[in-house]
Amino acid sequence: MPPFDRNPWPLRLERRQKPSAAMRIWSSPLAALAMLATGLLVFAALGKDPLAAFRVFFIEPVSSLYGVGELLLKATPLMLCAQGLALCYRANVWNIGAEGQLTLGAITGGGVGLFYGAALGHWVQPVMLAAGVVGGMAWAAIPAFLRSRFRTSEIFVSLMLVYIAQLLLSYLVHGPWRDPAGQNFPQSQPLPDNALLAPLLDGTRVNVGFIIALLLSALCWWFGKTTAAGFRMRVGGLAPAAAAYAGISERGNVWLALMISGGSAGLAGICEVAGPIGMLQPVVSPGYGFAAIIVAFVGRLHPLGVVLASLLMSALYLGGESAQMELQLPASVSGLFQGTLLFYLLAAELFIGFRLRRVRRAPAAAPASA
Amino acid sequence: MNLATWVTIVASAVGAATPLMFAALGELVTERAGVLNLGVEGMMLVGAMSGFAVGVSSGSLWLAYLAAAVAGILIALVFGVLTLSLQTNQVATGLALTLFGVGLSAFAGRSFVGLPIRPLTALHIPLLTDLPLIGPLLFHYDPLVYLSLLLCALIAWMLKRTRAGLRLRAVGESPAMAHALGEPVTRIRYLAVLFGGAMSGIAGAYLSTSLTPMWTEGMSAGRGWIALALVVFGTWKPWRVLAGAYLFGTVTVLQLYAQGLGVHVPSEFLSMLPYAATIVVLVVICRDPKTILLNQPASLGRSFHPGY
Repeated sequence: MPPFDRNPWPLRLERRQKPSAAMRIWSSPLAALAMLATGLLVFAALGKDPLAAFRVFFIEPVSSLYGVGELLLKATPLMLCAQGLALCYRANVWNIGAEGQLTLGAITGGGVGLFYGAALGHWVQPVMLAAGVVGGMAWAAIPAFLRSRFRTSEIFVSLMLVYIAQLLLSYLVHGPWRDPAGQNFPQSQPLPDNALLAPLLDGTRVNVGFIIALLLSALCWWFGKTTAAGFRMRVGGLAPAAAAYAGISERGNVWLALMISGGSAGLAGICEVAGPIGMLQPVVSPGYGFAAIIVAFVGRLHPLGVVLASLLMSALYLGGESAQMELQLPASVSGLFQGTLLFYLLAAELFIGFRLRRVRRAPAAAPASA
Repeated sequence: MNLATWVTIVASAVGAATPLMFAALGELVTERAGVLNLGVEGMMLVGAMSGFAVGVSSGSLWLAYLAAAVAGILIALVFGVLTLSLQTNQVATGLALTLFGVGLSAFAGRSFVGLPIRPLTALHIPLLTDLPLIGPLLFHYDPLVYLSLLLCALIAWMLKRTRAGLRLRAVGESPAMAHALGEPVTRIRYLAVLFGGAMSGIAGAYLSTSLTPMWTEGMSAGRGWIALALVVFGTWKPWRVLAGAYLFGTVTVLQLYAQGLGVHVPSEFLSMLPYAATIVVLVVICRDPKTILLNQPASLGRSFHPGY
């Protein structure tokens, strides 16, 4: 008998007649629960009381108004980046360089705030935010151009541009943009007061960026659901051949997806610089652009899902900081949880299209494959 | 610039190329079986961390490389179970593997940051190494450099000339056809993914025990992604991947010596070179659609469910 792929397990995967609607909704919560269980096990293995660790990680950070503000503040860049990425991935455009587009937005927007802050007066904030959007778009235009003109994979190009953007920022704050009064620290002058985004509520740090992120989420929903361009992008992602036959331009989809995601990532960058950071420094993001990839998937590439997933991811960041201070756990524990969450999610998504069936071994005489 | 400096430059270019070679050759075998594993960066970091940790604790570098390979295999196994048994999207799972590897290595390696390690030493072959010029250029590297060349030859021969290589390529070109002919598609793909994991692990350990003998978070700095791009650059052929790796090794090293060569450009711009070069070579390769169409494994990145 030829060596067929024999299934050694007592269960087998069977393709469903049609995708399960229930699993479509429950896959993300299931993955979050599985991650939580794993997290508690890790805490126990590290010799910490799991329940106390759970309280420190998830409850304490959000038990004050300031804490809730921090939750929304950290969710802002994640939501901005992830809405754009979700749009890209649905159109089968694999932009993984949101971190670089965010950095460029921080540079261009921050540059406007630093050098034209006084001259622009009341107009500085809108101009600065627009400059951030343009910066992110310009950075995303490189993979868009190279893919639509030379068929170069946007995965590699957008990722390589992350490193280039970070080096560019590092050059600026070590060199020409360094604060002369900054005691040789690699950082720019603080942004002028009129360029800083004011907190929405006294006693918190969350700013107008969060409102913009929510508006963008609503806009993405409207765009995907009702506009022809949104429909073309979905078709291009689901069935490229059918889309081409129907005359939908692949180049148009690639450009639109990358412009939207680049622009929103750039906006996330300037909101960080003009918000909690208040100046340019060598590192403006603890990997928000990469975490946003996870957010987009955990949100099942749906605008509402992305809003919820960015709050969850923001809670993971806050919990990591809190665990670092109170339990002396390394901050990298959040990175570990983020990766684990995505694994569980991908595994849970399997059950949308497949189900588990117990294998009934056929009698020996039956044919080997059905 | 005298002759001795140029010899040093060549020698360090070979050193910089070696981890790229290991990672790219492993990924090449994985991709020839039709599986796109974008988790090379994550597997390299896990390999770098576990190799360093075992090397420091045991004092034996051979154990370190063994541990790195095993760690690479284990984390590649996670990718294999998800994509091959559970049919998840290969691109998304590969990204998840990288993000997970970055987090895991940073978390597990935190107590090893800043520790010293005795790095891998160069071979000294009597007579040959002592030859003027040729000795330091050809016969004064650590064993892993020669191993990477040997593996390149072995993989090229295996893919082209052996039955095992033919079966691997068949699975990558048309898994349905290979399945119909009785090939164990899933098993062959598992083996290819695990081989890629072991090679990435070794590549990572080479970073942390030879190239820059220390462990820091995220020390691979995009080398895993450059290795992935090298596979495309080499059009899925081992010898071209080798050439690409040495080209990139040279670019990486030249930025370090550029100041000495009289190039006065801020160091940040020189550090951008390998990343910018990756983009440029990808554009050059992809410009002609036939290059990719003729050389890329036809089923690269597509799941296969045998249906029992």
